Amino acid sequence: MKKSSSRGFGTALLLFILGLIAGTVVAVLLHTLTTGKFENGYLLDLPSWLLGALVAVVAFLYALIGYYGVVKGLLWQVAGTLLGALFVTALRAALGMPYSDMNTFWFTESAWVTGVMVGTLFFLAGVGAITDWYKMALGQTVSEHHTDVPGFRKYFGVSLDHKVIGIQYTFTSLLLLSVGGLFALVFRTELAQAGMQFLSIELYNTLMSLHGMVMIVSILLGIAGVMNYLVPMMIGAQDMAFPRLNAFSFWIAIPAAVILLSSLALGGFDTGWTGYPPLSVRAPLGMSMFFVGVWVAGWSSILGALNLIVSVLRLRAKGMIAFRMPIFVWAATATSIISLTATQMIGLAFQLVLFQRLLGMPFFDSTKGGNPILFQHLFWFYSHPVVYVFVLPGLGVISELLPVFVRKPLFGYKWVAMSSLGIALVGFLVWAHHMFASGMNEYLRVPFMFSTLLVAVPTGVKFFSWVATLWQGKLVRDLPTPMLFVLGGIVVFLLGGLTGPPNATVSTDLHLTDTYYIVGHFHDTMFGGYIFPFFASIYYWFPKATGKRLNEKLGKWHFWLMTPSFLILTLFMMRVGLLGMRRRIGDYDPAMGFGLWQMAMTIAAFLIAAAILIFFYNIYLTVKSGENATGNVWKSRSPEWQVPSPMPVYNYEHEFEVVGEPYDYGLPGSVYVKINSEEV
Amino acid sequence: MQKNVHHYVIMSVLVIVVTILTYWGLNVLGLMPVQASSQAVQIDWLFDIEVKLIAFFFALIMVPLCYSLVVFRQKEGDETDAEHIEGNTPLELTWTAIPLVIVIALGIIGADNLRQIKTVDPQAIEIKVIAQQWKWLFQYPEGFSSTKLYLPVNQQVDLKMQSQDVIHSFWVPEFRISQDVVPGSIEDYRITPNLLGNYKVRCNEMCGKNHAYMESDVLVVSQADYKTWVGTQALSAKATEMASAGKPDAGRGQTLYQESGCPACHSLDGSKGIGPTWKGLFQSQVKLTTGSSVLADDAYLTESIKLPQAKTVAGFSVNAMPNFSYLTDGQVADLVEFIKTIK
Repeated sequence: MKKSSSRGFGTALLLFILGLIAGTVVAVLLHTLTTGKFENGYLLDLPSWLLGALVAVVAFLYALIGYYGVVKGLLWQVAGTLLGALFVTALRAALGMPYSDMNTFWFTESAWVTGVMVGTLFFLAGVGAITDWYKMALGQTVSEHHTDVPGFRKYFGVSLDHKVIGIQYTFTSLLLLSVGGLFALVFRTELAQAGMQFLSIELYNTLMSLHGMVMIVSILLGIAGVMNYLVPMMIGAQDMAFPRLNAFSFWIAIPAAVILLSSLALGGFDTGWTGYPPLSVRAPLGMSMFFVGVWVAGWSSILGALNLIVSVLRLRAKGMIAFRMPIFVWAATATSIISLTATQMIGLAFQLVLFQRLLGMPFFDSTKGGNPILFQHLFWFYSHPVVYVFVLPGLGVISELLPVFVRKPLFGYKWVAMSSLGIALVGFLVWAHHMFASGMNEYLRVPFMFSTLLVAVPTGVKFFSWVATLWQGKLVRDLPTPMLFVLGGIVVFLLGGLTGPPNATVSTDLHLTDTYYIVGHFHDTMFGGYIFPFFASIYYWFPKATGKRLNEKLGKWHFWLMTPSFLILTLFMMRVGLLGMRRRIGDYDPAMGFGLWQMAMTIAAFLIAAAILIFFYNIYLTVKSGENATGNVWKSRSPEWQVPSPMPVYNYEHEFEVVGEPYDYGLPGSVYVKINSEEV
Repeated sequence: MQKNVHHYVIMSVLVIVVTILTYWGLNVLGLMPVQASSQAVQIDWLFDIEVKLIAFFFALIMVPLCYSLVVFRQKEGDETDAEHIEGNTPLELTWTAIPLVIVIALGIIGADNLRQIKTVDPQAIEIKVIAQQWKWLFQYPEGFSSTKLYLPVNQQVDLKMQSQDVIHSFWVPEFRISQDVVPGSIEDYRITPNLLGNYKVRCNEMCGKNHAYMESDVLVVSQADYKTWVGTQALSAKATEMASAGKPDAGRGQTLYQESGCPACHSLDGSKGIGPTWKGLFQSQVKLTTGSSVLADDAYLTESIKLPQAKTVAGFSVNAMPNFSYLTDGQVADLVEFIKTIK
């Protein structure tokens, strides 16, 4: 078994390299055939490379798992995209409309958009995410049981087990995190010196714009992964309320990510992740791929959130009243309420620009009665609350892990729980603070300043409660890696939070808006609120998922390399931002004297990348030959740690009952959950 | 509680020390560029209050966090849990109420600060600012335009800003204020420069390919120098107009070609840009997206400048060209005259 799988991996690597070459050659041939001349530059052309990479990934996966699951899905997606595009092309030809455009890679833009939409449906059909519903519609019986293929292959195909889906989400998230991080590394290197060194300004703009959205999708999948994995276990449920919908929510994110990344090959775009019209109306074809990709990914968020809310409302174990839920469940619920109700807005905003691009509907064209500012309102109505979607689960992880490691109850549990809902609520009322300099109605700026400042209150409650939890707590001596990441998360998020109020008061924001100060500020909130807690939760729950514990020494290297580098990166960002460095620029005036700061930031970025590589190496090493850890590794009171790891399918073999408070550390004789194993 | 009093005393002292050190350190570092407008003085005053708050709250969280890490850390061989403290409602109420008061106060101060920087001087000089990919143009009330913004010191100016294509943003870091320029509306930007010097306006809203390079000089000069400069510019503008006696002039056209940002899209050497090259354009047959061809004569060139969407050249995007409605008929004729000379 072991032998054959290692041979499989070798074949897979070989196929990856062959695929990369083959894909590139095919792309160069296509180029040459359609333009009638061969140019050396095609070999280094992005479309060629990306087609090569796609072929390589499919070939790699094929060698690993055969014609199954995601391989089938991706091949079907390619076929569906071509079919959809050809259909529109034929239709346009029949109607006497222009049906081919060399500026948009052979097909017209409408053909491409229809193509990738059809491709998404084909992916879902190919991977098998809608098979059960199809069978139900035909009146056939479908299995209610989780029948997974054995071994690691189950992670590459449709599974209904929330734990498998959680790991699929997390893995995909880490993959996109690497891709988005790589983009950042590339353009960060370009920024090390003034002048353009190795990127064209167009490619810089595309990479910078994609970095934002790829990271956002990565974070959305990451929180979905952690919530999917943990919430059913924490509330004592066998699974999520709608397992098929759960699988669908995950699998629709894969074609979404493929479409989003395809924008790099299909002409790129230059708007930043915000896609403001009228610029986004004029941008190349890549813009439409970006819009469709985000639109499709939005479904994943909305449906996943719906599933989670229903699960928390309906599937809690006996005795688990609201104020006895693990605090992470509160955070997950608050997050899901935002995802469920706000995501539609960004989908709508992007859809309207698509309609303007494809059908000439002038929603944002001021010469025809449209209004560019309207887009910004729609866009930020989602895109501000979504930052709380990103950070609330992370803050929940911090609140969840602190009591375990300081052996003391979470200070003010109810206040912490309510502060999550408070942040979610206030988060809906602050969107226009992104638009203080936008030219929207001036009188709107003052109420939005007040509502924005108000966010500090529930956030402050969290910080004070964490500090009070730590105060007099017996922090475990050897500071295990998850706890390091929790503490790092608190410090980094504190910096992100404290640098917020100057953006909230209108007059100071007029200087800070759209500068590197903002870039530093939100990277602090994203890392403190998401990245650090995300790593904390991977180190913390890895034994639960695999029965093995990640290497502590490598974990500490990861932490101590990443944290100082990251602090340097963002503090320097804020520094140059205050002095006049604008965001989203590929080149800057050397006379401003930012050279050394920029170089330091680039070095810091590479150190962060090195730390992440250590993390991946740690996962590889642990899966291969890690130390077994099947018990209650962290001496937690949480229900999932009361049974041996890894967790069985359907979680608890016996029902449990909640009989006490979740965080009564230090209270002799107290019990949180009673697992009814002895009684029948 | 009693037995812990010394912890609270040490912590409070440390919070004060760290607050002062943080604030002092940030001040020594110097956070902002020079103040070159009276609005900047007011904005920096508010920013300073916020830096003080940041220093205090940074200390308030970091000190007890680090203190707990060191002092309360599990002792060697101690396997017991910590003291069972579930919470403290009066304390939670306190740290909800006090920040609430602080943010409301900050909001009131912030609103008042906004009112101050928006103060209108009825004597303000109005200058028209035209933003387009990737160029700034400044039109002075005396009837001339300039690619550099000259401003008199200690005199409020009201920039009436408009965009010809996409959203741009006017930002001079030394003035502290940025303002987006949205196509379809005119934005006011009031500023009172108070320090002589050379600064740069840089576009602060992603506006496409060459956004990074969309910058112009801003020169704050003495009121006397300003008067002299305006006088000279107005005179020379008049002189060129007189010289050609109302006839189109290729020389003026060439200046307009540079000033209006045409080189961003239209080359003079035959190389392909975002728009067609002007080399050999006059009297050539132009292939359109509709499949038909048209002769590039005076009428076609004039129409293409005034109504860019009317006819689109094959291989180019219909929406690429901004609206140049601010050009007068005479200026359009100058440009056409210039195109005729590019062979």
